[in-house]
Amino acid sequence: MSQRIEQRFADLGQAGRKGLIPFISAGDPLPEATVAIMHTLVAAGADLIELGVPYSDPVADGPTIQHSSERAIARGVGIAQILGWVSEFRLTDATTPVVLMGYLNPIEIYGHARFADDASAAGVDGVLIVDVPVEEAETVALLREKGVREIFLVAPTTTDRRLAAIRARAEGFIYYVSFAGITGASQLDPLAVRARVEHIKQGGSIPVAVGFGVRDAASAVQVAESADAVVIGSALVATLAAATSRDAALAAAHAFLAPIRAALDQAVRR
Amino acid sequence: MRYASANTNEQATNMSNRIPVSDFHAYPDAHGRFADYGGIFMPETLMPPLEELAAAYLAMREDPAFIAEFERDLKHYVGRPSPIYHAERLSAKIGGAQILLKREDLNHTGAHKINNTIGQALVARRMGKRRIIAETGAGQHGVATATVCARFGLDCIVYMGAVDIERQKINVYRMKLLGAKVVPVVSGSKTLKDALNEAMRDWVTNVADTFYIIGTVAGPHPYPMMVRDFNAVVGREARAQMLEQYGRLPDVLTACVGGGSNAIGLFHAFLNDREVAMVGAEAAGEGIASGRHAASLSAGRRGVLHGNRTYVICDDNGQITETHSISAGLDYPGVGPEHAFLKDSGRARYVGITDDEALAAFHELARTEGILAALESSHAVAQAMKLARELPKDQLILCNLSGRGDKDVHTIAAREGIEL
Ligand SMILES: Cc1ncc(COP(=O)(O)O)c(C=O)c1O
Repeated sequence: MSQRIEQRFADLGQAGRKGLIPFISAGDPLPEATVAIMHTLVAAGADLIELGVPYSDPVADGPTIQHSSERAIARGVGIAQILGWVSEFRLTDATTPVVLMGYLNPIEIYGHARFADDASAAGVDGVLIVDVPVEEAETVALLREKGVREIFLVAPTTTDRRLAAIRARAEGFIYYVSFAGITGASQLDPLAVRARVEHIKQGGSIPVAVGFGVRDAASAVQVAESADAVVIGSALVATLAAATSRDAALAAAHAFLAPIRAALDQAVRR
Repeated sequence: MRYASANTNEQATNMSNRIPVSDFHAYPDAHGRFADYGGIFMPETLMPPLEELAAAYLAMREDPAFIAEFERDLKHYVGRPSPIYHAERLSAKIGGAQILLKREDLNHTGAHKINNTIGQALVARRMGKRRIIAETGAGQHGVATATVCARFGLDCIVYMGAVDIERQKINVYRMKLLGAKVVPVVSGSKTLKDALNEAMRDWVTNVADTFYIIGTVAGPHPYPMMVRDFNAVVGREARAQMLEQYGRLPDVLTACVGGGSNAIGLFHAFLNDREVAMVGAEAAGEGIASGRHAASLSAGRRGVLHGNRTYVICDDNGQITETHSISAGLDYPGVGPEHAFLKDSGRARYVGITDDEALAAFHELARTEGILAALESSHAVAQAMKLARELPKDQLILCNLSGRGDKDVHTIAAREGIEL
């Protein structure tokens, strides 16, 4: 059973560093570049990779991720192919955790038992299903049996009663959604985030990653003051979307992430 | 673990097929489940407001003052009860069973949709939410929402697919006349499902002061139950009217099924009357085999869409695919979870009616009875006509005429090559 997520957060804690989690839509901008982009992101300082499973009706996503999903779908990208990419990534990277993020219907159609088997075999460490709240978590209970972590969202609207239920079930890390809204919006309020993250952390030892509204080094540094890790999605997806070739995508990925890594490490040392 | 072994859709369907149900009125359970269907599959940000809504609504549902307020508006504003009308000339022409029409087309704004929007606007008002959002396909739900918002002095924003805006121009203008803001949705297939997505994105962003009035028995719990409850007045009335006018219950009910609100509205009061058969008419578009249809129950598979587990139309990767129907109001790739449950339990049957069959029924009803039915409702009329042909003269078919057809006159003219 993989311990990659726990190991990674333990290592970060010991080193006194903050985690950097880039999100990309699997298969966008070019399906043949996805594995190489993952490696490039690791080389540029990613601690964990969130791989978006494209879905036709992403209700929590803004236009950037909607469009990137549409492009991937148009190229026929689906779970089987994505799991193949994770296996390929694992051939040369045995330590960087990979978390799949997406919506339930593609998994439902793939089949829950088959998905749990195949995701585990491919080397997927965690799954975050945006439209599976803690109440419906039994739906994907087979993942847990196969050692794939169930990652849950906590939102600004989450009540303490819900937070307790989520904490009791959460594995790997908690993903705190920094504002009530969709991905790609820019409503980040660092003070409000700090208060909420501290509140979430009071209840236990599970690491907290913060996403939504983190778009560059400055916002990453602000959020990392309280969070254990920061997730950067739409800004990276938009940068990659502009690339027209595989090499251009790799260069763009590196150029985007490396300065954020440097700023995070710099800020912690200060 | 109940869904965990649902490895393939074949298995899933067989598992819950023909489950014995002792009381159909006992659904949904506290989690919003209709046996295997329904539930609350939503992002965390919306879970607290959904919990709040469910708690508030469950209390109002038992509150005599709320019920009285709702019934007063149904009577004096909507114009209920709607009559049951014996389509004698149509029945005689077919020569089989008798077709009776439940005239929801005579409601204020011209469809059953207002039963639900009155109810939800009252809930919103009691919860202190003054900003209303809604999605619409044909525009009927948008008009019904804009109407009640004007009536209650609430702000109204309606999301509508850009494709639907083009094919339902009159309803778009009606909404504007009523003071609503109509927001074109250009994502995805630019139709009803995308309007729903966009309304949910608005809700996630403005969750503190906004109430989302969903237009059909879909969405996360408590919507399928709440929208059903508000439309169930149709069947309650019809059941009493049948006993009064005919001294007995109908032999079969029929209604069109988009998301399924008018159908469940008619069916619900009769669910425990096992001798009453029920047939839902889905949009078979250009034929199920053509792939251009919106028949989720007849040709879809078990999945999750817009917050509930139900039958959906999607590809092997789980991507929701584009649907087709001549009627914008039936053009939806999912269906209310209670219908999925009724199908699997064998209590109701669901069949496809093609664009051509619906159009033929539209004309037949217009010529024999002087009623222009909505294209959505024309699917139910077509199914009633099919049943009438098969059944003896003394049988009674009660068909829900969910809306009037004025909004569709342009679509029909264009289809028949007539320029207005
Ligand atoms: C007249 C009419 N009937 C039926 C429908 C379909 O909705 P439902 O299946 O929820 O009744 C619509 C939707 O717009 C409608 O306008």
